[in-house]
Amino acid sequence: MNCNEITKKYYRANKLPHIWCPGCGHGTLTNTIVRAIDKLGLNKDEVVIVSGIGCSSRAPGYLDFNTLHTTHGRALAFATGIKFANPNLHVIVIMGDGDSSAIGGNHLIHAARRNIDITAVVFNNNIYGMTGGQFSPTTPSGDMATTTPHGNIDKPFDLCSLAQGAGATYVARGTAYHAVLMQKLIENGIQNKGFSFIEGLSLCPTYYGRKNKKGSAFKMHTFLKENCVDKKVVDKDPEKGKNKILIGEFYNNPQPEYTESYQAVIDKLQG
Amino acid sequence: MSNKVYKLVQGNEACVEGALAAGMRFFAGYPITPSTEIAEISAEKLPALGGRFIQMEDELASMAAIIGGSLAGKKSMTATSGPGFSLMQENIGYAAITEIPCVVVNVQRGGPSTGLPTSPAQGDVMQAKWGTHGDHPAIALTPNSVQETYEYTVKAFNLAEKYRTPVILLMDETVGHMREKMAFKDVSEIEIIDRKKPTCKTEDYVAYRPDEDMIPPMASFGEGYRYHVSGLTHDETGFPTNNNEISEKLVKRLVDKVNKNLDDFSYYEEYKLEDAEIVIIAYGGVSRSAKSAVDELRKQNIKAGLFRPITIWPFLEKQVNKVSLNAKEIYVAEMNLGQYFLEVERAACKNCTVKNIGKVNGELITPEEIVQAIGGNK
Repeated sequence: MNCNEITKKYYRANKLPHIWCPGCGHGTLTNTIVRAIDKLGLNKDEVVIVSGIGCSSRAPGYLDFNTLHTTHGRALAFATGIKFANPNLHVIVIMGDGDSSAIGGNHLIHAARRNIDITAVVFNNNIYGMTGGQFSPTTPSGDMATTTPHGNIDKPFDLCSLAQGAGATYVARGTAYHAVLMQKLIENGIQNKGFSFIEGLSLCPTYYGRKNKKGSAFKMHTFLKENCVDKKVVDKDPEKGKNKILIGEFYNNPQPEYTESYQAVIDKLQG
Repeated sequence: MSNKVYKLVQGNEACVEGALAAGMRFFAGYPITPSTEIAEISAEKLPALGGRFIQMEDELASMAAIIGGSLAGKKSMTATSGPGFSLMQENIGYAAITEIPCVVVNVQRGGPSTGLPTSPAQGDVMQAKWGTHGDHPAIALTPNSVQETYEYTVKAFNLAEKYRTPVILLMDETVGHMREKMAFKDVSEIEIIDRKKPTCKTEDYVAYRPDEDMIPPMASFGEGYRYHVSGLTHDETGFPTNNNEISEKLVKRLVDKVNKNLDDFSYYEEYKLEDAEIVIIAYGGVSRSAKSAVDELRKQNIKAGLFRPITIWPFLEKQVNKVSLNAKEIYVAEMNLGQYFLEVERAACKNCTVKNIGKVNGELITPEEIVQAIGGNK
């Protein structure tokens, strides 16, 4: 399906143009989700897209599914309610880095622990963009942000390790540059019957880039291109992973899924 | 009488029975004294009915989950007490602006903060109205017995469904933990109201366009009406807007759809009010002491009566004003330092004196204390 067809079928065209800044990676990442849904042939009526608050969380408004723009950090808790109440729905959650791992960190680890069948996609741009460039839990140490005017002394989360440690049964990382890979990872995540966590490295030229002298959006995309290596490559040749960011599929280990386990309780009680 | 079954039941248990009778099929919660039995009994009973119980990681998540559950088509409830009620305020506001029906039970305990976890209080009265930020509708009901807890839990669901708004069942530890004889009504005898659904074609659905009754029909996610729900101020399509006119219209409609229909759910009890010169206003657990106090004062030839609001929000302005016209003195007895009292004083318009009998030591106000405060013999 070409771009126009995708837009026509899956976007609320009357809500475009989007609010994201020129060069932002969020549009590309949103499109990888849409293309993954298209590839899997999901019924639009059965797809629910949930988000929290922040730049990333504006994505669902542009998409022609059942869409829920919730409160900051709580997207996964709302999504859990929807999925648990109607397990037939495909529930995809879009969050930002601050949204998912600061204010929403507790909801993230517990959704992962339950292994409820939700696909969580984090648009990680290492900054709070909507509020104007404050550091987030994924801002690298030493970096600049409006609330770290003397350099960031916090240590960043590795979101994929966090999700895997908490019990996610599918964990992967793609980027806004590696759109084809990102789409494939989301397809795999949706197909995993359980909690899937896909981190999408995004970029924020307006705040993170400017504060840290990363150059243009083109340069920031080029950085992703040149500094990310697929785990499969590194598995064969660890040398290739030195000082690089790992992308690709990190963990794929299906386990009993939450709503199915509860359905078994219902079935048992109802004989 | 033959279709009623009587049992000895705890207040919190009656709440679950009422919820199930009303059609609750989704409960999300987090353990907290003195409301925990509501979660425990829901966990026990829901799956056998094909319903769902989930223990969430905290009360922020519990409130979020019941909104999600309701949006997916299930009648949903959570239950908590003061500290958890504080955490739920964030998403109570979300449910109000997105007009998603749900019931929030708050079995009040002593506060502030962790306070007195196992002791009764009524310190969350104002929080039930103003706890979440911004102007918003508030419906709160306060039962004073086990039987009433059953019946008003049903009503709480009906009001949530009818007006598409979160409804607070404001209990207190006294009522939550007392055991009394309760009649389980035959479900066929109970009025059950379900949310209004859209009847238009899916492509014609405008999710937040209200009917003449100010309430928009609500589709569940998954029914083919693909729409957008947002906690941002939105227009009739549900999409965010900064338009000042539309913003004002939305907030006023949310408040008006509840306040202008107050006559539909003005629940209260009047006891020996006909010739009363001294009127006690009390609700929840304290109203039981107040009733005994009225009887004792009458024995002492003091013309006392009781006005007991069950609908505590919106405030029963009309009824309280009427009471103030006939009374010489009003005493508001409540387990706080004068929250409902302020509303009564305002509504009484200086027609009579209004005094407060407050107590915050974790004990129920006794009939003797009320009698003494009014000037009768102990």
